[in-house]
Amino acid sequence: MSTEPSAPVVLRMTGLTKRFGTVLANDGVDLDLRRGEVLALLGENGAGKTTLMNMLFGHYLPDAGEVAVADQAGRLIPLAPGDPEAALEAGVGMVHQHFTLALNLTALDNIVLGAEPLWRLRRDKVRLRRRVDQIMEDSGLRVPLGTLVSDLSVGERQRVEILKALYRDVRVLVLDEPTAVLTPQEAEGLFATVRQMAERGLAVIFISHKLPEVLAFSDRIAVLRHGRKMGEMPTAEADQAAIARLMMGAESETEERAPIAPGAPVLDLVNVDLQGPDARRSLHRISVTVHRNEIVGVAGVSGNGQAALAALLSGLAAPDRGEVWVDGTRVARFDPASFIARGVGRIPEDRHHEGVVGTMSVAENLVLEDLGSPEVARWGILRGAAIRQRADAAIADYDVRGPGPEAPARLLSGGNLQKLILARVFGHAPRLILANQPTRGLDIGAAHAVARRLLEARGRGAGVVLISEDLDEILTLSDRILVIHDGRIVEAPSRNRARIGLMMAGEAAA
Amino acid sequence: MIEILEILANPNFWAATIRIATPLVFGVLGALLCERAGVLNLGIEGIFTAGAMAGWMAAWLGAGLWGGVLVAAVAGGLFGLLHAVLTVPLGLSQHVSGLGVTLLATSVAYFGYRTALPDVSSPPRIEPFPPLDVPLLSELPFFGPALFQHTALTWLALGMVVVVWWVMTRTPLGLAIRAVGDNPDAVDAQGLSVYGLRIGAVMAGSALMAVGGAFLTMAAFDAFFFGMVNGRGWICIALVIFASWRPWKALFGALLFGAFDAFQVRLQTAFGEEVPGQLFLMTPYILSIIALVVAARRADYPRALLAPWFKGQR
Repeated sequence: MSTEPSAPVVLRMTGLTKRFGTVLANDGVDLDLRRGEVLALLGENGAGKTTLMNMLFGHYLPDAGEVAVADQAGRLIPLAPGDPEAALEAGVGMVHQHFTLALNLTALDNIVLGAEPLWRLRRDKVRLRRRVDQIMEDSGLRVPLGTLVSDLSVGERQRVEILKALYRDVRVLVLDEPTAVLTPQEAEGLFATVRQMAERGLAVIFISHKLPEVLAFSDRIAVLRHGRKMGEMPTAEADQAAIARLMMGAESETEERAPIAPGAPVLDLVNVDLQGPDARRSLHRISVTVHRNEIVGVAGVSGNGQAALAALLSGLAAPDRGEVWVDGTRVARFDPASFIARGVGRIPEDRHHEGVVGTMSVAENLVLEDLGSPEVARWGILRGAAIRQRADAAIADYDVRGPGPEAPARLLSGGNLQKLILARVFGHAPRLILANQPTRGLDIGAAHAVARRLLEARGRGAGVVLISEDLDEILTLSDRILVIHDGRIVEAPSRNRARIGLMMAGEAAA
Repeated sequence: MIEILEILANPNFWAATIRIATPLVFGVLGALLCERAGVLNLGIEGIFTAGAMAGWMAAWLGAGLWGGVLVAAVAGGLFGLLHAVLTVPLGLSQHVSGLGVTLLATSVAYFGYRTALPDVSSPPRIEPFPPLDVPLLSELPFFGPALFQHTALTWLALGMVVVVWWVMTRTPLGLAIRAVGDNPDAVDAQGLSVYGLRIGAVMAGSALMAVGGAFLTMAAFDAFFFGMVNGRGWICIALVIFASWRPWKALFGALLFGAFDAFQVRLQTAFGEEVPGQLFLMTPYILSIIALVVAARRADYPRALLAPWFKGQR
């Protein structure tokens, strides 16, 4: 399955460099891609993978370096920088991590958008459709063409993205973290299709930070770290530990989850129904118990009711039916303040918008939930010195790096923002913690800090609800695993990845 | 009650409905084009005024009626260009820029009027667009005077509904405009120019608005007066939501508003003795608000409306 090294080079990047302010996102990256090859571009979050691809595709203008793409005759022609149209012309297609689809158009219209001359009196829909049908036939990617993209599932939308690229006759296809939104089974299907297309000569760059899938499916691996290419090797010769070292700079550590016997129930949901604005944000008859000294992981593909569960546990939504018990008392009033008062700590999914007030200082953000307490405000007036002191302590304790306690919180990086939120939440010694995607988008160091704090809280006697789309994270941290699908929650009978993957896709647990 | 039936049975009422609706049709179509591309154009009120003034002034200076319409469209397109440059590549607030364009365009129109005619107390009249009697059909009883004795600009408005509908639904250009108002990243990723599409749509839409203004001075009346646009632009901004950004519904909405307005004028004459006229003046607006409340709850806004987009930032 691996391509012979003699296959012609179809894409060559030389010395690509991109700087954002003081941050060097890419530093002199060289990379070759051969015909019919699947190259995995591996790296941690923030390693510069997406930036590199955005320069390749012309979304970003490189500060130095160039991209050359082979023409039909195989000669490498430099690509005009900063011009997506030129990249498309040269046969480079990209499937972005965040889909670039117009939701108000059908799948067909999205695929052919921009491929016909604009100034035509009418569109030859029959011909367009025949061509797309042919491509679907050849590639094995099927989508309902006449359906509005807003009505398609995430997996289908991704297929529309790939078809869009194929419609432009791409010879180089870039897939940016394609499996992030898929169930393990959908991911398998995607790999099979891509493999098949590569055998017919398509060159594929596949961006990922998941080592197992990269090893299973690529021909060659290139590793990025801190914007530099750390090394590359054929997948057949790759050694997992060596790659991990290249990616992270050190052997990856895994959290030790010391065995503790769970204590009394701290959260009890009994037959809860919650009708959200749509089916993806509703819960149906869920019953969940979380004990002290216990982390309960909720696994699932995004958009299956996680948002509703999080809203329920933060007091942002009231159930239509059923009971919610926190620490032995039944909750009657559903508002965030009463949940905070009951000792519920919340780590929100969207840390930038729901977690902090970006224009307020780090110190102010740290005391946001304590404005009623006499340590923070007396007679309705904030106590500046006390707040400052608290902030200094929290910043030291939680290693929040940034321009200091008086700087606006929006200047912090994602990882440091999350540490700030942790400091605020854990400062109250909460009895129940809702952690919604707590490590998404964080670099490895910050992710470990978050995991460590959650385990500490568990050791201290807190119950934790961990909502995550990262199955590995759930498997590492959780004492028990629940699977959420279509607003229903089922306990996973085992810790078997494949089993849980099937349940995430909606198959019964049996 | 009998008075109401008498109003409805009179072909004049229906003719007035269409006459009142004509400038609104141009305006709603123009606003629709801008908003479908993702740009709210609150310059509409001023662009109406500028179009009304420019078209009439050109005709008076001897450009001919169609020459005047063309001048109005060009003037509208230029104000559209200003709004588009401020809001699209520069990404300024569409509300602020739009209101600014309204103030500017209105003032420029008044300034131009006063500069050209410093001493007149009443504006010079032009020979306006005559009603076109459609052969045979205009002879029909009732339907003839109601539907088939309108000016060429009314027929042009109807034609523009067809054109805009066809462009939006049947051509690659319309597809791209709809896409750029929903997700500019999608358009950029397909190698099309987000800025080009948006600026073009705003200019074309503004030209349509200005022709709506020209209808006022060149067909409905025969001269330019201060304050004659009188909120018609704002009505169009509301109607485009009522129409859910669809051309045929836009036509329907404009006709509905025209009917309300024509109706209230006649109610005033019928009941003016007992009820203050202002009450009737309010009715089309109140009914519009009710219609909007009903329609706008389900309104499916172009997703990228109001959101600035910058190249190379995602």
